[in-house]
Amino acid sequence: MSASDIKTEIVETDLLVIGGGTGGPMAAIKAKEANPGLRVLLMEKANVKRSGAISMGMDGLNNAIVPGYATPEQYVKEITVANDGIVHQKAVMAYAQGSFPMIQYLDRLGVKFEKDGSGEYNMRKVHHMGTYVLPMPEGHNVKKVLYRQLRRLQVSVTNRYMATRLLKSADGRIAGAVGVNTRTSEFLVVKAKAVVLACGAAGRLGLPASGYLFGTYENAANCGDGYAMAYHAGAELANLECYQINPLIKDYNGPSCAYVTGPFGGYTANNKGDRFIECDYWSGQMMLEFWRELQSGNGPVYLKMDHLAEETISEIETILHTNERPSRGRFHAGRGNDYRKRPVEMHISEIGFCSGHSASGVWVDENARTTVPGLYAVGDMASVPHNYMLGAFVNGGIAGADAASYCESVDMAAYDEGYLAAEQERVLAPTRRDDGLTPHEMEFKTRRLVNDYLEPPKVTAKMEIGQRRFAEIREDLGQLCATDPHELHRALEMQSILDCADMAAAASLYRTESRWGFYHLRVDHPETNDDEWFCHTMLFKDEFGRMSHRKREVAPYVVPVEADEMAAYHQLRVKTPVAAE
Amino acid sequence: MPIITQQKSAAVVIDDAKCIAEKGCTVCVDVCPLDILAIDDGRKKAYMKYDECWYCMPCEADCPTGAVKVNIPYLLR
Repeated sequence: MSASDIKTEIVETDLLVIGGGTGGPMAAIKAKEANPGLRVLLMEKANVKRSGAISMGMDGLNNAIVPGYATPEQYVKEITVANDGIVHQKAVMAYAQGSFPMIQYLDRLGVKFEKDGSGEYNMRKVHHMGTYVLPMPEGHNVKKVLYRQLRRLQVSVTNRYMATRLLKSADGRIAGAVGVNTRTSEFLVVKAKAVVLACGAAGRLGLPASGYLFGTYENAANCGDGYAMAYHAGAELANLECYQINPLIKDYNGPSCAYVTGPFGGYTANNKGDRFIECDYWSGQMMLEFWRELQSGNGPVYLKMDHLAEETISEIETILHTNERPSRGRFHAGRGNDYRKRPVEMHISEIGFCSGHSASGVWVDENARTTVPGLYAVGDMASVPHNYMLGAFVNGGIAGADAASYCESVDMAAYDEGYLAAEQERVLAPTRRDDGLTPHEMEFKTRRLVNDYLEPPKVTAKMEIGQRRFAEIREDLGQLCATDPHELHRALEMQSILDCADMAAAASLYRTESRWGFYHLRVDHPETNDDEWFCHTMLFKDEFGRMSHRKREVAPYVVPVEADEMAAYHQLRVKTPVAAE
Repeated sequence: MPIITQQKSAAVVIDDAKCIAEKGCTVCVDVCPLDILAIDDGRKKAYMKYDECWYCMPCEADCPTGAVKVNIPYLLR
């Protein structure tokens, strides 16, 4: 089978949005609202009705900035402190200012948030400093609401097309993207003036402790395609060494979920039943304390709820077992876990990239623009830290509105025909072999090596071994074999995963200090070195096709943070009382 | 190297008596984020074709006849 045997359809649009989960649909919606005449195409690898991280809904907003509870300035300060100061505050501020209007917008569309008797949002405190959590006990209809709005605004949708590479013009502007159908392997080439990448986290990077390839924390469809596409298009990626690592229910690998149970009185405890962290909000320092406890004689770590009243536990169960990850109840039933009777064992997740919970991603400014003209990135794959679902919506909206006006100011760029032909050959290569290596085994090996060599605590010599082993796997790509379109889809994903593994290693080696608690704990560079590394690290493909790095200054803060405030997230371990003499 | 196939247990179970795929229904296949379900050509019933389940449950929630049951994959159970 050669590229010429496979059908290639070429379509033209103004704005192409890649990824129909959370940020992508909102980018499409806000672009259409800004300019109803704009042609907007949403390309999705699965089906927009049920794709992405919020496929089954969401149980709460983790970063809601609601007047009366917090100001955008307070939030910007909290996120700056939680990320050891390495944030582009203007982008965090753009999110913070858009947060409440987006909640009101979603509310009008029919998304249900918890309200008190007088109709006010029922805010809860989970963060170390401020109050930002808004429960969504009936948050299971988010995708339906989004889908309805996409239809209402006549956004074009193509399901089951996986974008493989971005197309650019000779002058470096975005010109569109190549997609391949996951069921037929037919190509769809989309010519576009602007592209919004909304492909989610790199959630299939580390291998879950269960060994099940798809037993990931993130929706396993979110395998890092967006990071790989941005990298190959020459965009800069920021702070990838700041991994996502989360405290999860052991083996089930879903959130435990301290954000839901915390406000009800549940907490993270050690095997003595004692609290060991002051704050269950997910940060690098919290994960470091969690890991230390796992390693100590006080491990494992548990989510403790057995001290709570029956009606409280029932309410928690209703929230946790009907939203976001409803199979959690089924998992607990199989294990004989009952929140009433004993605490639930927790564990540390595999590594990934995800700005939803950490601070890495394709670099974007306060307008969601990447470093490539006409290319935007939003949601878990963009560099705005601790963004969660609401951040994906807000930044998606920002990208959509900005891209709509960008599209009016530029002509359609012409893509390089030779590049497209080479990309089609790369895509189809695994279909030309009758035998060789399967996508599953190549993915398993890549991800097993990610665990062996890239997980923190990070050791220079180990990460260098990891790089050599990844290079061997890259040579083995010449044997990668796909026997049907579904397997080809997995073969392409496996290549995104390998790209992300290389990026994780290179980024971690570049920053020769420790920062963000457990996320970038380098054993042979144990101290934080603000003199040399109080900066973003940017990873990019240079003009010779090599993986390169540079430092980017942290832009002057729009919300000043005092030195003593900056350390607030460093003191998360519960202080042990001094023994009586 | 030659490629071999190996048996796996299917976490997603479809009740053939309730499945109405023969009437043209493809809801579970359509909504799966990982695209692991298919309609059997001969029996005209849905089934789990690939062992790549994220146990997220749109297939079960959206099935009009309640024919789909998502079990936790054995490796995680």
